[in-house]
Amino acid sequence: MGIEQKAGNMGVVTLKLEEVINWSRTNAMWPMLFGLACCAIEMMSAQASNFDMSRFGMELMRPSPRQSDLMIVAGRVSRKMGPVLRWLYDQMPEPKWVIAMGDCASCGGVFNNYAIVQGVDEVVPVDVYVAGCPPRPEALIHGIVTLYEKVKEEKMKDWA
Amino acid sequence: MDIDLETNLPPDALDGMQHLVSDRAVRGETVLLNMGPQHPSTHGVLRLLLELDGEVVVNCVPDIGFLHTGIEKNMEAKTYLKAEVMTDRLDYLNNLGNNLTYVMAIEKLADLDVPPRAQAIRVLLTELQRIASHLVWLGTHALDAAAMSVFLYCFRERERILDIFEMVSGQRMMTTYFRPGGLWRDVTSGFEAAVRDFVSYFPPRVTEYDRLLTKNPIFLRRTKEIGYLEPEVALRHGVTGPMLRAAGIEFDLRKAQPYSGYELYDFDVPTHTDSDTYARYLMRMEEMRQSIRIVEQALNKLPLGPVRSNNRKYVPPPRSELGTSMEAVIHHFKLWTEGFIPPKGSVYVATESPRGELGVFLESDGGPKPYRVHWRTPSFTNIQILPILARGHLVADLVLLIGTVDILLGDVDR
Repeated sequence: MGIEQKAGNMGVVTLKLEEVINWSRTNAMWPMLFGLACCAIEMMSAQASNFDMSRFGMELMRPSPRQSDLMIVAGRVSRKMGPVLRWLYDQMPEPKWVIAMGDCASCGGVFNNYAIVQGVDEVVPVDVYVAGCPPRPEALIHGIVTLYEKVKEEKMKDWA
Repeated sequence: MDIDLETNLPPDALDGMQHLVSDRAVRGETVLLNMGPQHPSTHGVLRLLLELDGEVVVNCVPDIGFLHTGIEKNMEAKTYLKAEVMTDRLDYLNNLGNNLTYVMAIEKLADLDVPPRAQAIRVLLTELQRIASHLVWLGTHALDAAAMSVFLYCFRERERILDIFEMVSGQRMMTTYFRPGGLWRDVTSGFEAAVRDFVSYFPPRVTEYDRLLTKNPIFLRRTKEIGYLEPEVALRHGVTGPMLRAAGIEFDLRKAQPYSGYELYDFDVPTHTDSDTYARYLMRMEEMRQSIRIVEQALNKLPLGPVRSNNRKYVPPPRSELGTSMEAVIHHFKLWTEGFIPPKGSVYVATESPRGELGVFLESDGGPKPYRVHWRTPSFTNIQILPILARGHLVADLVLLIGTVDILLGDVDR
């Protein structure tokens, strides 16, 4: 059943503005290419032929934060990298979301030591945590779909 | 911010780095440019300070440490067996190679025996890992030269290798499959069929990459005579691996000091004399072919027998013994609570990783935890050569040069 049957021959669809905006946001979300460590390899796998993340509107990984609206923190964030991460996050235009991919980005993972930020939520607000060390590409895609569900629930009155 | 009108720089911008750049930067004749740490073609979080004359690189200063993980220090706080988990995350494209180096160090320290079947499976899986690592290198290297499709081809094959790893160890990347004295467990029943399938599947794929790149005029123009490395310079800087072999020096630890039974297999160590980016590309392509040869041989004469040593002071007893033998229960309990205690001493063990000589220095003070672990990682040594390679080339070529050194920041910063 396509949209033309729903809309009849009038070519008009009525729905809430926030719904259509959220729908369009979830279908063209541009993640920033922000690979840090091991998880970045799995993130590359997720984009490559077998898993093909572009099925979920993720075709383009933007190398620049200014063109992206999703930051996938893929890997461990060291204390030296923390300020850089925040700086990049601040450069991203609103609205923006963050996925903490992997255990290191979520909570420090196996590296409970002086060098690693114990969870990237100390630096930037995180929307979705993806567990795994590293998470399988399917897990990352699941995280992205989970983020879509969250984005679809966003209300217009919350947009500043 | 105040800008000095003569140099176009903030007044204190050069204070800390005057020794790194040329006098022309101080006079404002050249431009200083920051590249990274977030840059799609630095293969991780490498930061480069570039001094540019137009588009030509005058100086290139790598700034590392953005992925410093404290792995060496963290390993000191864990028992020998638990510390092995850290080694997977060191050079995350050569997980099994790191495991192998680490467990070989423990085996040398404790004088542990390894059954021949475990040795052969180790060689087989490490060579598959080398192919997987080279596939990531090839895909990203071609991506740097703006050939997008090669990346997709490479990852298609890599998934098949990762499926084999997952089959034997339960994890795609962080396997921790090799253990002191052997393997975690024997390979699963579908393993041999899966590897045999891959052995017949893979060589035509290498030919496919060949057709995509080897005679591609754009790729040739981008790589030929770019990044020439003199053999003497390579030796002086301690460069190892494909970088060194492409400079005409045949040094491969698998031949020079065979470990884990590499002397049993018939394979060639490819070398090249051109020592440019294209030669290094050809080298690594040939290495993939040689690796698949080793895999095939290892598979054909895979010995039967146990995969773990019987030394109960280091290797946990099999599950079946736990219900019948009191000693087995005691050993099991001691191993999983306190861990094993190797004798005092220090060892250095090196293996040939896809990037070069990967060595580990392990010092034991007679306790259950290593006193000191130091990793001699090939990327850390090889990255020194980058400023020498980059000098005089365009910024666009620098992107390819980072790829040709095949650095991995997890390996550099550890």
